[in-house]
Amino acid sequence: MTTITKLDPKVPSGPLAERWTRHKFDLKLVNPANRRKFHVLVVGSGLAGASAAASLSEMGYRVTCLCIQDSPRRAHSIAAQGGINAAKNYPNDGDSVFRLFYDTIKGGDFRARESNVHRLAEISTAIIDQCVAQGVPFAREYGGLLANRSFGGAQVSRTFYARGQTGQQLLLGAYSALMRQVGLGKLTLLPRREMLELVVVDGMARGIIARNLVTGEYERHAADAVLLCTGGYGNVFYLSTNAKNCNVTASWRAHKRGAFFANPCFTQIHPTCIPVSGSHQSKLTLMSESLRNDGRVWIPKQAADARAPGSIPEDERDYYLERKYPSFGNLVPRDVASRSAKEQCDQGRGVGPSKMSVYLDFRDAIARDGEAVIRAKYGNLFQMYERITGEDPYRVPMRMYPAVHYTMGGLWVDYNLESTVPGLFVLGEANFSDHGANRLGASALMQGLADGYFVVPATIAAHIAGRKLAAVKTDHPEFAAAENAARQRIQRILSMKGQRSADSIHRELGLTLWNQCGMARSAAGLRAAVTKIRALRSEFWENLRVPGEPNELNPTLEHAGRVADFLEFAELLVTDALTREESCGGHFREEHQTPEGEAQRNDAEFCHASAWEYQGDGQPEALHKEPLAFEVVKPSTRSYK
Amino acid sequence: MSSPTTTDRMQVTLDVWRQKRATEPGRFATYALDDVSPDMSFLEMLDVLNEKLVARGEDPIAFDHDCREGICGSCSLVIDGVPHGTEQETTTCQLHMRRFKSGAHLTIEPFRARAFPVVKDLVVDRTAFDRVIAAGGYVSVNTGSAPAANAVLVSKDAADLAMDAAACIGCGACVAACPNGAAMLFVSAKVSHLALLPQGGPERDRRVLAMVEAMDAEGFGSCTNHFECGAACPKGISVENIARLNREFLRAALKTPAVARHKSSDD
Ligand SMILES: Cc1cc2nc3c(=O)[nH]c(=O)nc-3n(C[C@H](O)[C@H](O)[C@H](O)COP(=O)(O)OP(=O)(O)OC[C@H]3O[C@@H](n4cnc5c(N)ncnc54)[C@H](O)[C@@H]3O)c2cc1C
Ligand code: FES
Repeated sequence: MTTITKLDPKVPSGPLAERWTRHKFDLKLVNPANRRKFHVLVVGSGLAGASAAASLSEMGYRVTCLCIQDSPRRAHSIAAQGGINAAKNYPNDGDSVFRLFYDTIKGGDFRARESNVHRLAEISTAIIDQCVAQGVPFAREYGGLLANRSFGGAQVSRTFYARGQTGQQLLLGAYSALMRQVGLGKLTLLPRREMLELVVVDGMARGIIARNLVTGEYERHAADAVLLCTGGYGNVFYLSTNAKNCNVTASWRAHKRGAFFANPCFTQIHPTCIPVSGSHQSKLTLMSESLRNDGRVWIPKQAADARAPGSIPEDERDYYLERKYPSFGNLVPRDVASRSAKEQCDQGRGVGPSKMSVYLDFRDAIARDGEAVIRAKYGNLFQMYERITGEDPYRVPMRMYPAVHYTMGGLWVDYNLESTVPGLFVLGEANFSDHGANRLGASALMQGLADGYFVVPATIAAHIAGRKLAAVKTDHPEFAAAENAARQRIQRILSMKGQRSADSIHRELGLTLWNQCGMARSAAGLRAAVTKIRALRSEFWENLRVPGEPNELNPTLEHAGRVADFLEFAELLVTDALTREESCGGHFREEHQTPEGEAQRNDAEFCHASAWEYQGDGQPEALHKEPLAFEVVKPSTRSYK
Repeated sequence: MSSPTTTDRMQVTLDVWRQKRATEPGRFATYALDDVSPDMSFLEMLDVLNEKLVARGEDPIAFDHDCREGICGSCSLVIDGVPHGTEQETTTCQLHMRRFKSGAHLTIEPFRARAFPVVKDLVVDRTAFDRVIAAGGYVSVNTGSAPAANAVLVSKDAADLAMDAAACIGCGACVAACPNGAAMLFVSAKVSHLALLPQGGPERDRRVLAMVEAMDAEGFGSCTNHFECGAACPKGISVENIARLNREFLRAALKTPAVARHKSSDD
């Protein structure tokens, strides 16, 4: 593994607050009449993809948008619950663009680029304006003005929301803008398509190979720019709160064609999810962070206490968060709450049939406020919990355990959101851009929409107007080569006729990562994980069984292709975790903790983004470091005692 | 207190619709499972069956799913004749096996409607919904041209009612439940959501006319007031929206000369 530095983040100079405005002025423009000459491929229709595709089409570019689902409206973004941040300062509680910027930098444990984060905070307010104009039914006060609520990691109320369905409403807004362009005949929509290769011609991204998931046909799409808006890779852990189709395939295939992958080990584990109930478990369900406002987290003091929670007396309960973090109590940030739950369960004090959960108890809140008040606040969450577990949380404490939720890492991008492959832009959760080592609640929706509505529609001109783009057609040999690679991989998957299903191998991979590269990581565990991942990869390519044919709808085949990529990507994730000899945000290395067991950052050696360059199959990847300069916010240690 | 998480195993027998592709005829195939956990979701039960089919080298059953949280609208089975099964306001992915008795014999079919052709097994093509939205289910506001968010007041009641309608997940259970295969609940939910908000005002007439026209063109049936749609809706979308759609349509049709209705948009 060599360490070289050849990354140019293209951060504009000048005062932080003026950089984005200045940069927009400095960017070349594409004449409106010329825009229709340029074709932009948008892969993905979540918040990032739908907003980018609609906006670019409105501007006059020719746009094609592809997604895996049968409809763009079903992208994973639809599942976001809590809300979206914006520095509107409507509650007059001291919020500002600078404060949102500051909170995001600090929440990310000083591992994000200041210029990008400041731009995000600046744009946040325009996002709310845009969404309201589209008809997004945000919560309102009686006077008709927009309502706000608070979220973790902030002391102001800046979160806009639409009940517990904020992601759904924002995505339906972006989707309606997208469908308007389709209806006007300006945008081509291709659902049930999966991107399998990026096509690079003369060093630039000039198209993709996609598979039509209904017919199995391979399609060549040529373009002047390619936008990857393909979401996060949380499903590498198998069990996560992500939708089942979330994958790393598009990012990984682009990585193998030259796009650097940044900080893959920065993954977020959310503390309050419904625990695993058995080996059949297919995904995990998030229970909103807001529950920790009223619920108290505890476990029995005595290990393996088999009594029902109601019959455990007060003095035999350990409210461990309140005990360990008296000033923040149950409201410590996600990474701290998750690690503490794991620590308690590892000591054998967990509860529930699997002993891998902790109680989140509303008894005291119900006694204090009455059941009606609690029902009004959390009724829908309590109902969802009841449906999944069969237990009534008004009577019995909820059982919770942390689960993989979000990935801060992603393809490396510069200030223009362009990857190391010119012409390939990466938006939304798929890039590494704004959240450093830990994301604050309600900031992913903001980032996806900032990237799609406002950043890329401006910065794409740097590529389109700034470079000479020769005409490229789909009969170019690079298209043939890429299509051939995709075909061969699928044929190989179908030809093995072994004993193992892709699902069973995926589960094993997930469990390995969860145990060795989840909430706590150690050098020994990570090394063991690498060995295991390699063994699973061999098992996959020798003993896989995928029934069915290539030329039909074959979900098992689709999944197998994604598992193949997860098996390669997982090794990079673990290598990154091994290389980062510090604890920061969601990345906790057991060797690097304070005597009290808190995360210990190492700014002297690790104040950088790690960007990995593919060197060929079986070769170690090359590490490039982008130093992070904190010109405005001075890195400090987070403490919640 | 008895813990509902049990290690008891249930048995179920399933008659599942198998159809290789749209152009081939389908048939029911019967499968028996004897190790179903009551804690499994309905789709996890099908995952278990599919793993067994893979092990036997048989083609697994294709079904749409993604979020498994009742919000994306992907899952879509008809269970014992009822879209998403009989549990009220629950999508198939949120339905759990503890709601069934051990020994149950269940029939699983795709959503059936003229406008939703079968793609394979339990997967149907619901892109007709997207085309209806493309015809007018939006507010025409280009990125960047929006006024300040609080410049337009929206009463809390209107916002709440609009949200009730906007909660539609576009799964198509309403269409599958309707004896006529009508899409009235789906279309009325979008028309209501936008008609109830001031932002949707300027295009109110055009929108309802265009969407109804597209709905008819897609081959959805007409509404004869069975209201099976409301009963089947996993999100509890009210059939009152259908009444509003009818009022909106009448209002727009009376105001708008027939020629104007056929004019396509100019952006
Ligand atoms: C349960 C849950 C709750 C959340 N709540 C919040 C919240 O309250 N606030 C907040 O800010 N964030 C929240 N998040 C995070 C947030 O929802 C996501 O980070 C965000 O929606 C990601 O958007 P995206 O556009 O980047 O990607 P996605 O929405 O994941 O979209 C990815 C798109 O890419 C397509 N795609 C993927 N691979 C391919 C391929 N190979 N070929 C073709 N198409 C492909 C998919 O079909 C899809 O259209 C939550 C996340 C979860 C899991
Ligand atoms: S799978 Fe998303 S609603 Fe059922």
